[in-house]
Amino acid sequence: RVPIGLTLQALKWRQWQPAAVVRGLLGLQWRQPGKSNVTSFQRRGPRASGTNDSGPRLVSIAGTRPSVRNGQLLVSTGLPALDQLLGGGLAIGTVLLIEEDKYNIYSPLLFKCFLAEGIVSGHTLLVASAKEDPANILQELPAPLLDDNSKKEFDEDVYNHKTPESNIKMKIAWRYQLLPKMEQIGPISSRFGHYYDASKRIPQELIEASNWHGFFLPEKISSTLKVEPCSLTPGYIKLLQFIQNIIYEEGFDGSNPQKKQRNVLRIGIQNLGSPLWGDDICCAENGSNSHSLTKFLYVLRGLLRTSLSACIITMPTHLIQNKAIIARVTNLSDTVIGLESFIGSERETNPLYKDYHGLIHIRQIPRLNNLICDESDVKDLAFKLKRKLFTIERLHLPPDLSDTVSRSSKQDLAESTKRLGPGCGMMAGGKKHLDF
Amino acid sequence: MFVELNNLLNTTPDRAEQGKLTLLCDAKTDGSFLVHHFLSFYLKANCKVCFVALFQSFSHYNIVGQKLGVNLTVARERGQLVFLEGLKSAVDVFFQTQEEPHPLQFLREANAENLKPLFEFVREALKPVDSGEARWTYPVLLVDDLSVLLSLGMGAVAVLDFIHYCRATVCWELKGNMVILVHDSGDVEDEENDILLNGVSHQSHLILRAEGLATGFCRDVHGQLRILWRRPLQPTAQRDQSLTYQYKIQDKSVSFFAKGMSPAVL
Repeated sequence: RVPIGLTLQALKWRQWQPAAVVRGLLGLQWRQPGKSNVTSFQRRGPRASGTNDSGPRLVSIAGTRPSVRNGQLLVSTGLPALDQLLGGGLAIGTVLLIEEDKYNIYSPLLFKCFLAEGIVSGHTLLVASAKEDPANILQELPAPLLDDNSKKEFDEDVYNHKTPESNIKMKIAWRYQLLPKMEQIGPISSRFGHYYDASKRIPQELIEASNWHGFFLPEKISSTLKVEPCSLTPGYIKLLQFIQNIIYEEGFDGSNPQKKQRNVLRIGIQNLGSPLWGDDICCAENGSNSHSLTKFLYVLRGLLRTSLSACIITMPTHLIQNKAIIARVTNLSDTVIGLESFIGSERETNPLYKDYHGLIHIRQIPRLNNLICDESDVKDLAFKLKRKLFTIERLHLPPDLSDTVSRSSKQDLAESTKRLGPGCGMMAGGKKHLDF
Repeated sequence: MFVELNNLLNTTPDRAEQGKLTLLCDAKTDGSFLVHHFLSFYLKANCKVCFVALFQSFSHYNIVGQKLGVNLTVARERGQLVFLEGLKSAVDVFFQTQEEPHPLQFLREANAENLKPLFEFVREALKPVDSGEARWTYPVLLVDDLSVLLSLGMGAVAVLDFIHYCRATVCWELKGNMVILVHDSGDVEDEENDILLNGVSHQSHLILRAEGLATGFCRDVHGQLRILWRRPLQPTAQRDQSLTYQYKIQDKSVSFFAKGMSPAVL
């Protein structure tokens, strides 16, 4: 593809030009208007601090879409079924808290889908963990299931990136030779929400092409701490400073006029609250630092509200001794989801749940810029991890195919339905099985 | 401001009582619609409002306020509204050392004793300005919500002291009103929160309690509101008056109806 006589006038109509050509010349981030589902008009959620440009902002960030309810900017969680249950996606500026399942088998998968979605959409990632090196976490991300069209485009992009375009001296539009070449490939797909194959690993090129920052606690904590003692554990203080640094340095909060960032920062924090972070709420009922985690969440939410970022946190709430802290943590987070797997419990052999691997409870959905929120009517949700895909479905009773109508089997089922997850926010107070 | 709620409470912005403490409490549901109601109510009543908003950002309250007919940005510029945005201030306090005492100074300290800087902020915001003409009718302090202070490391007693100081200044000295939101933890045994809730309930003149339905989630009835009028300082020979309504929240208003009389059921 050779550039042909591009003048400034012609560049204004760049949607008529082959995207790769424009990209190569101007060093722009890849954006293919007309094919993406993202609307070009974006009423930016007020969560992002305003940059000083007046007038309508016609820029759309890849991998985001405005909510139908209040125009707020949403990002995908990596699971389209979960996006639908949360009212379209995760709002930028909010925290998604995942209460881990008992043996921490399925919550890392949700965590990784979130990060993988960020890579596919071209977002910047910040991965924080006290247990695993973030580089290793990224190696284990699931591969996206791209449909044929976007896969072809990706291959094309990789090819174009490798051709020696820099060797072609521009004869007509020679001024553009001086502009810097773009480094990134850009977002792989501009669709919102992708499916991931849990059995395959994400291709190495995608990870290398993405922009990510890692926070591995054992590395960071060795340096001396020069902050005033407040009741946060040192690990949390370091993490907050790291996050704030990235947000400020890369311009996600709009405060740095030189770095106008048009991208989203996805923050993932794994196993927050576990003893590996130095916190003792999982060990003792009335520890010395019982306010550490809640203070951390509050300051984190303050950071998120003033920047273009979204955060996912997995927390082993089943280990927290003091139940009041769980209630406080839930109140301080925006969206809260609980995973309950059947492994090791009596439900594993229960015929009611034979098709599923666990239950998923949507405990809280935030009301942002609105009096109401998009709660789904379906409260009994179950998930299963098939060979490739992680799916969330409405839990339904299997058909009763027994030959005799035995009273005992019906009673078992009734017992199990009684213990089905309570609704989001409002819980059935009575213990009586309500017969409808 | 929800007109139906005004009717239930038998008030209008013009003739609201002064010197009253209203407690908003929510159990198993979200009672923030009451905060938006009182914020727009007092702004329309031309009061000087000090809003300690610890839970959400300014733009959230502003956007909902616009649905209810008040513009917080304009009110702030006019001087009618003094807004303490908890989330933003927490980030400022945490990452930068402040020269003068900040209302949320306790975030930096390991064992903060009291909420004195916060009280000083409130007193400074609501003190009457001697400009000659009386621009605002009476001062109002709005707090959303108090349980956040417990999560941030303050003890229940320190928070109760803060409320006491505010009540003495705002309700008694300046003849203004106070509206406070406290979460009720319910089954979860949060001792500090229970102490706080009981302490404030005993001092309040009006308690609005938003509860989730006992039967669980319902699309058409979002919850139940219990209204309790109290007389905290007078010996009550008669019972305090109490009313219960169910409500459904819509986009710009909330509709109230008697128990079991939801339009969806009838």
